[in-house]
Amino acid sequence: MKHIVKIMVLLVAISACWIGLLQTSIIPRKHTWLLPIYFIVSLGCYGLLMVGVGLMNFPTCPQEALLLHQDIDEAKEFLKRRGVDVGSE
Amino acid sequence: MVKEKKNKYSIIVPTYNERLNIALIVYLIFKHLRDVDFEIVIVDDGSPDGTQEVVKQLHQVYGEDRILLRPRAKKLGLGTAYIHGLKHVSGNFVVIMDADLSHHPKYLPSFIKKQLETGASIVTGTRYVKGGGVHGWNLMRKLTSRGANVLAQTLLWPGVSDLTGSFRLYKKSVLEDIISSVVSKGYVFQMEMIVRASRKGYHIEEVPITFVDRVFGSSKLGGSEIVEYLKGLAYLLVLDSN
Repeated sequence: MKHIVKIMVLLVAISACWIGLLQTSIIPRKHTWLLPIYFIVSLGCYGLLMVGVGLMNFPTCPQEALLLHQDIDEAKEFLKRRGVDVGSE
Repeated sequence: MVKEKKNKYSIIVPTYNERLNIALIVYLIFKHLRDVDFEIVIVDDGSPDGTQEVVKQLHQVYGEDRILLRPRAKKLGLGTAYIHGLKHVSGNFVVIMDADLSHHPKYLPSFIKKQLETGASIVTGTRYVKGGGVHGWNLMRKLTSRGANVLAQTLLWPGVSDLTGSFRLYKKSVLEDIISSVVSKGYVFQMEMIVRASRKGYHIEEVPITFVDRVFGSSKLGGSEIVEYLKGLAYLLVLDSN
């Protein structure tokens, strides 16, 4: 099954709920008509929030650059002694 | 009497003009995989900088049975490099990693350990969880990465936190199964691999890795990359999982 079909099924289910709400008037009609807009806007806000939070908590590792340099020096020393060309590029 | 099969790990490293890095990465792999049966398959696409000469020097130090040089005539792309490398592996597990030291071999034991603990078909390295991380990205790059990730998670429900990562351990049979049907190129290739695997129901585990961006100054995220990414997402949405 294509993944987009799963998404469609979900949207159809949500739409069915929405139409159901329209017909049974549990919520006043005025508000129900606006629900899809609320949904899309909420989804957009949630997405932006996730991006923002993720950006704030973006895992960084500055110490890794230093460790890498140490590893590179260690490797160069070992390899030079054994005849591998590690001349600076 | 059941004969216990020992595990052998074949590490495929595609190279193009990695004369210095290939020597460093080979040293580091040997340093961190002391008690492991492994081989390194170097797929060099006819590097003009003498990468293959350096590999031959490495043969003298480490042996030709542990370092397999399997070159190609010219630059032909990553996906086909893996397929080419796969033809020469003798292990039952395959690791793919970059040659430019953005992937550090010190994580190899954690990939192996995770696979042995969980029996997973694929262990993929993730940069985006606690314990992992990225160094060398400016704010714009982090923003696009995060935005792309949120979009992909929302649309694809992939089950992994890092879709475009290319530091992965596969069971050889699983890699062979998936790679034959992949059509995308570039980093969308990596996305397609993991999404196909996930849809087919393969057991996928993640380990945190750190990524030190070594390609300083080159703009890897331009408008065309973004378009390519969106096209990749659209393709993966309509991908048939069989």
